[in-house]
Order: sequence, then structure tokens, then C-alpha cells
Amino acid sequence: MSLLRDVSPRLWSISSSEQVALAKRAAQITTELQQGVKKPYKNVIDVSWGDPHRGGLKPLTFVRQVVATCLYPSLLNSEALPVDVQQRAKSLLGECDGGSVGSYTSTRGIPKIVQSVSEFISRRDGGVQSSPENIFITSGSQRSLMMVLELFVQSEGFLQTGVLTPVPSYPYFNKALSALGGTMVPYHLCEEQGWKLKVDELRRALHVARGHCNPMALYVINPGNPTGHVQNRKSIEDVIRFAAEEKLFLLADEVYQDSVHDPSCEFVSYKKVLFEMGPPYSNSVELASFNSISKGYFGESGLRGGYVEFVNLDPTVVGYVYNLFSLDTNSAILGQITLDIMAHPPQPGDPSYPTFSEEIRSIKDTLASNVHRVHDVLGDLPGISSQPIKGGMFAFPQLHLPPCVVQEAKEAGMKPDVLYSSLLLEETGLCVGAGCEHGQKEGTHHIRLCIATPEENMEEVLNRLSTFHLSFMSRLS
Amino acid sequence: MFILRLWSASARPSKPRLDISTRKMTENGVLHPERVLTLDTMNPNVKRVEYAVRGPIVQRAVQIEKELKEGVKKPFTEVLRANIGDCHAMGQRPITFLRQVLALCAYPELLEDNKFPEDAKSRARRFLAACGGGSIGAYSMSQGIELVRQDVARYIERRDGIPSNPDNIYLSSGASDAITTMLKLLISGEGASRTGVMISKPQYPLYSAALADLGGVQINYYLDEAKNWSLDASELRRSLAEAKKHCTPRAICVINPGNPTGQVQSRQCIEDVIRFAAEENLFLMADEVYQDNIYAEGCEFNSFKKVLFEMGPKYSNKVELASFHSTSKCYMGECGFRGGYMELINLDPDVKVQLTKLVSVRLCPPVTGQALLDLVVNPPQPDEPSYPTFKKERAAVLAALADKAKMAEEIFNKVPGISCNTVQGAMYAFPRIELPQKAIEAAKEKGQAPDMFYCMSLLEEKGICLVPGSGFGQREGTFHFRMTILPPTETLKVVLQKIEEFHLKFTEQYS
Repeated sequence: MSLLRDVSPRLWSISSSEQVALAKRAAQITTELQQGVKKPYKNVIDVSWGDPHRGGLKPLTFVRQVVATCLYPSLLNSEALPVDVQQRAKSLLGECDGGSVGSYTSTRGIPKIVQSVSEFISRRDGGVQSSPENIFITSGSQRSLMMVLELFVQSEGFLQTGVLTPVPSYPYFNKALSALGGTMVPYHLCEEQGWKLKVDELRRALHVARGHCNPMALYVINPGNPTGHVQNRKSIEDVIRFAAEEKLFLLADEVYQDSVHDPSCEFVSYKKVLFEMGPPYSNSVELASFNSISKGYFGESGLRGGYVEFVNLDPTVVGYVYNLFSLDTNSAILGQITLDIMAHPPQPGDPSYPTFSEEIRSIKDTLASNVHRVHDVLGDLPGISSQPIKGGMFAFPQLHLPPCVVQEAKEAGMKPDVLYSSLLLEETGLCVGAGCEHGQKEGTHHIRLCIATPEENMEEVLNRLSTFHLSFMSRLS
Repeated sequence: MFILRLWSASARPSKPRLDISTRKMTENGVLHPERVLTLDTMNPNVKRVEYAVRGPIVQRAVQIEKELKEGVKKPFTEVLRANIGDCHAMGQRPITFLRQVLALCAYPELLEDNKFPEDAKSRARRFLAACGGGSIGAYSMSQGIELVRQDVARYIERRDGIPSNPDNIYLSSGASDAITTMLKLLISGEGASRTGVMISKPQYPLYSAALADLGGVQINYYLDEAKNWSLDASELRRSLAEAKKHCTPRAICVINPGNPTGQVQSRQCIEDVIRFAAEENLFLMADEVYQDNIYAEGCEFNSFKKVLFEMGPKYSNKVELASFHSTSKCYMGECGFRGGYMELINLDPDVKVQLTKLVSVRLCPPVTGQALLDLVVNPPQPDEPSYPTFKKERAAVLAALADKAKMAEEIFNKVPGISCNTVQGAMYAFPRIELPQKAIEAAKEKGQAPDMFYCMSLLEEKGICLVPGSGFGQREGTFHFRMTILPPTETLKVVLQKIEEFHLKFTEQYS
């Protein structure tokens, strides 16, 4: 019997992932295909990850040229690389200790890059002041989410810390919260109204939770994952007002801020709205907002770069926050470098600007086109419905499964959307995410598809999905 | 009645809504209502976290550098940083081959560039084929790219002559990430059943900080300064017996080669630790990140895994072991990449499921760190074009470190009041300093540990940044500092000279 049998009980509470099992099966099928096993399809298409590069989108040339030059500074003299690439790489290397991307950096991140990020935030928010003192760069926003949670989540003590969490949500936030011994206080987003966030629902959830746990924070994702909802200014104000009244620390996950597809919507940051609301809100509501290089046009999930900006943090707590972040040593330098480019991209007149802006425009067009195709195709299919995808990187359609399917799933010991996803994978080689991973209203079922993929691929994805869906539904009748 | 009231959820009054009109005036006149996150409401464990390597002395050093930039006059023109084990920061050059492959992975268009050697290109192609979408920008599986884990397993087999299963290897964001993960798994219980973890004194303060953060009980076992910081089984037993009174010891951590102490444990010592862990039912954590940094004659690195298996099935079937390695040290010194792994031996399969779940929460380690690790365990071979340069660069780095290790030891031992054990390995000298009673009292008045007072004074007067021994732990009444041996030889000579000057003056000043 192992010593580790006494593993901390709260780790058992992290939800197991049926998605992992699906991903493993997808990998297995790929191997079988390579070994020549006959199947009705030539390859596996995996759109279950929120991973643009895995989905087939290309990295931005400027980013990779700068990163490569920072890695191998001999490229600084290469005629093949544009002048602005060389200048940027030289400048960034000058900020690294020993002129190498192999050094440690300051806890917060390379100071010049932190400065760059604060200027980016300020520009984005129409001039609202942003200070490097309130920013920490981390290896992906997931890291900063985990550390911010650590600041207040207590598993010991009289009442377990609760965090209001949307349903559906980003599953790794939920897992991080469980791992720390905190508890989810679920609030349902309104599917019929495009996954709108309703303050009444926040109030209901909070009321139910009080007495069972100690709710300290409110987690919002805008634009939404997996929902694709983009909050308008009024909605954000309502949430801020609610957080102020109910004394909740606001956690604003804004990693999809660059992904707004509907021209009638715009991303506005929680910080900007907070400041524009003026006192007492602007100098009292505690906010942590998160951003990342993993999404948007950059899609550099593997490089691990992100940041958190704190607003209205209690000054007595600041030193401890710093100590906690310094335990993580520092975030991967290449992630920091990419973040610098995100904060300070090529400008008109720079040699790399034409290519850079063209590549961005192309990704934008691809996503817009994919959104249309998803709506068109799914709109035509019986038994499946999708809310408009205003932003973000996913489609999250609802499956209207007949009772017999639900029953069959129950007998198989599977969730119905997992059963659907498994059959979809086996029969068409298409791997999607099961809705239960994200949380959903009891009795509803969904799947999640990443739409950050080239148009031809999206077409193939929709083709396989609709073929399977029609066949599946007709089998049941 | 009272107990029912206390515990009954429905009887508990609901939290009052915030009356925004009630305001608290702070010292600088800013009005704000009471915060959600305060000293009282924050996770108390976070308050206990201290990490000396990046602590107050470094923060003061940064401030001084700022002041120098602004033109403030000081008795020195630059701060010499000998506080953190950061090789490149101190001028060590990256290994060419590693950087070439990584550049090719980052910007695959370079695969057409004939300035890159063929062996670098083939490794880049091989790695990219294992990445989602052929890009280092895609997430990898949480446990790490399978190809890399297979290569790491083969490296371990070559090193130890013992089979290694890629499935037992978990890639991580530097070794620190893996160490913290294992501690998370280990720490549970309450009161007397709260997990205790044995760690050396002196130790690398990640352990103390992580234990504070996770609410684990730190159990110190002293290394023997008189015997070149060696481990002693009787000291392990003493410390364990003491600890059992107030916690449930579950693990023992050993750092070999040692940080800050630099000792390379003898094979005998390693066997003693393994035997101890087996007898006392302790999970063994072997931090082996400095395994290539061995300098002193007669010293050699023996991995815990190798010794465990050579001790036979009585131990190799039973002792649960996690060994850690990293790309931050050795000859690569690539701290910024956050590459590392742990290998697990005899882990309960059910626990492994939990571990796999736990690491998934942090998504995946940086893919470039995984790529780097893959190259470290798969370096150029004698028949490959990059081999001669690689071999030369690697040898040069290790030779320079060996020279500086010796130099530091020799020079320190010449200074009256400073004595330094042989720097057998790793990257640090950890000399003992004699402090006059008056200095100790002056420190006390300032509310500082005596060696912190010493190091702060050294920083202010000479611009040299070291880390005081109190940050690592030491026997009561003894004082030390940790200096890295990483600055270039000429710079290190200057550092050593200045420390000598300072020490003599300090001793005189406070006698």
C-alpha cells in the first residue's frame, strides 16, 4: 500500500476528464490509420482544444522571426530577416540579463515588457491609467488564475471559500478552484438569450450559497468560453455594481478580447468600465483581469505567456502577492517576448507591418467566415441549435437528444454528450468537446468545437458533423 | 444549543450588503470601504511564504541599481549579483547547438537556410512532427510530449543502466513545478496527522516556501558542516523522532549535489538515506538538478534511482521515489526556458491517476522548454557534424565552473574569520563567517538576522549582492552567506577581493 494513499482529499475532488479519454482515443485512431487500418475517413480532425495552431492556423511571421532571433542571436546579421525584426530582437535581448533568453527574469517579468503591457492596457482602455506595479506576467493566464485564487481560497477554516462561476464555464478554472480546496458557486448563463449574464441569476446563486460556503469572488469570462457571448457595457456595469454591493473580488477572464466577430459588438474591458463608473466603484471594487498570448491572432498556447492586472488591491496585501508570485520563479521568457509583441505590434511604416496586418486580417476573415458557416450549417440541421457566436473561439451548439439516447447513455454509464462525441469520433474521425466538461443546465446537452481553423478545415468539420448528425438522428426514428 | 447554532447553516446570518456610504480613511487620505482581500481574509499560508533568493536583499539591490542609473554617487559603479543561480546572467554563453535547433523550431522557414547544420535541422523536424499542427505554439499533453518523455527515459537508462518507463516521466516547468506538484500530493491531514516533510538544513528555500504555502510541516535535518556537509543517518533518525511528536512525517527531500552547500553525497550516504526511507516508510524526493556539476576530485554523481536498484528488490520494489532534473543548471544554464522533468518509481497506480489529473490543471509546460530538454537528453553524437563544437562548449563551461569553485574555496579560506568547505559540485560557495558580538547586537536592534545585516552592509558598501545563510537555514549561532560561482573568473576575483576587504573592515568596526 502506497504512502501516497493518504493523498490530500481535495485532489480527489478535481473532476476527472472524460475529454482526456476522448483525446486519447483520437490519438489512438491516428496511430491505427498510420498503421493502415481501414476507416471511412483518412484522418482525425481534432477541434476539441482551444488551440489555434493545432487547428491549423499559422503563427504570425513577425512573432516567430523575433523569437528565433532572440533564441539564436547570430540571426541578427541575417539579411533574410527584416530590419524591424532585428531591432526588436536586439532591444529585447538588451533587456535580458546577460543578453540571453536563458536567464531568469524579475518576478513580475522583464521590466520593459511589463511597462509595454501597461501602456498597451492604457491605450486599449482609452487612456485609463495602468501601472506596471499592478501587473504580473506569468506562464499563461492559467498560472495567474491559479495564483490569484491561492490568494484567498482557503480549504481549512470554518467555511470553504466559494467563487461564483458561470455555467457553462472554462473547465480548467473549475479544476484549479477544486485543487485549492475552494468550491464553485454556479450561476447559469441564459442560453435562450445568447448566453447572457443576468444579475438576478447572480443574486439567486449567491443567496443559495451563503451559509454553505464563504463566497469571496465572482469569475466572469468575457468574451465567453465556450459560449461566444460578448458582454455589453451595461451588463458589465451591472456586474460591477453587484460585486460592489455583495463585496466580491472580481476575476475578469478576458483572454478572448481580440476575438469579437459580430460587428455590432465590441469588447470593452472590465477595468475601463469600472473607471468610467467613477467613485465609489472605481476606487473600491477589487479586480483582477487576465489576458494571454494563447488566443486571439497569436494562438501561441505552447509558449505560455499571459498576465494579470490588479486594480484596487489592498496595499497591505501587495507584498504577500509579490512573494507568492516570486515562488513561481518567473514566466518563460519566450512567452514574455511574444507578449511584448502583442502589446506593441508592428506599426504602419515598419517593414513587417504589411505582412503582419495581412496575416491578422486573414485570420479575422477566416473566423468571421467560419462563424457564418457554423450558423448556416447548424441552422439547417434538425435536433441541433446554436446561439449566435459573437466572439471567442468556439461554437457551443445544443444537442436536442431524444430520450432513448439519454437512456442508452445512462445504461452505458456515460453522459449523453460524451456518448454522442464518442460515436462522432469513431464514425467520422471528428473529435469535439463534450458539453458536460463545461457544465450545463440539467437535462441539456452540448458539444464544443473550436472555430479557429482554416476555412477548408471548418468546411470538413461541418461536413463530418452534419453527415454524422443526420445519420444518427435518422437511426433513432 | 450553542453548538447547533454555530454549525447550523440556516441559523447563520447572511452577510450584510455593503453600505457603500461607510468609508474608511486610510493614512494617505484615500477613501475606500473595506476590501474583500485583506490581511485577515487572505489565505494565511500565503503570508508565510518567503523566498530568500528573491527576497529583501535582492529588492534592495534592484533599488540601488536604479539609483546608480539616476546618477546617485556610491562607493561602487555597479552591483555585482552573486545571489541567484543564473548562469547566462553572469555571462555564461548558451550552447550553440541547442539554440540553433530551437530557432529552427520557432521559425521553420530557417530549415531552408544552409547556415544551419543538418543534425540541427533533423532534430527540429523530428520535434515539430510531434507538436500539434507542427507548431511549438500548440498546447501539448499535460504530462509532456510523448516523444520527449521517451527520449528522457532513454537518457536515464543510459545514465543508470536501469530500464526507465516513459509513462513514469512527467515533464514540468522547471524542476520547481514538479517538486511543488509532489508536495501538493503529499500534504494532507490535520494536527498530529498533518504531513511532515524532511528537508536538509541548510536547504534551497523553494522547499520551505512551498511547505509554508501548502501548510505542510517542515522537518529539518542538519547537514554536518564539519564533514563537508555530509548527510548522517543518525541525524535523520534524531530529527524524525522529534518530528513524530507533532506531525506525521511522510517524505524526505535530498538535494544532491547540494544547494547551497555544494556537497556531492557519497554512495554510502545515498544508500543510508534509501535504507532510512524504507525503514521509516517515507516518500523519497531526490532533487538532482546539479547532476552534471561535479568538480572535486574523488566525487561522482550517483543517482538515487541507480543506487536504489543496485540495492536489490528488497528496496527497489518498495521505496517510492521521485527524482527531479531541470534544464536551468548543469552546462546549459537555460533558466528562462522553464524545462524539467520528474521520474516516479513505485508510485501507486491510483495515486498516479490523481497526479495526472493534478498536472492537467496547469495545462502544459512551455513547449520550448520541452524541446530544450529533448536536446539535452539527446545531444549531438560523435558522428554528427555539431559534435566537436558541442563537446568543446560543454567542456569549457564545466571546466570554468570547476576552476572557480576551487578559487572561491581557496580565497575564502585565506580570510581570517571566513571558512569554506570544498565546493564539490553545484554552483555555490556557502562559507561560514565569524561575526563579532557587537555586530550581532547591531543586527538585533535593526530587527535583522545577523548575516542579513552583514550582507545588507556588504551590498551598501561594496555593491555585492549575496544571500544570507539565514535564508537557507543553519545551526543556531552560526552564520553564513551563499555566493554563486557564476560570475566570469576576473569578475569573481574582484568579488572575492571585495568580500575580503569588507569582512576585515566589518570585523574591526564591530569589535
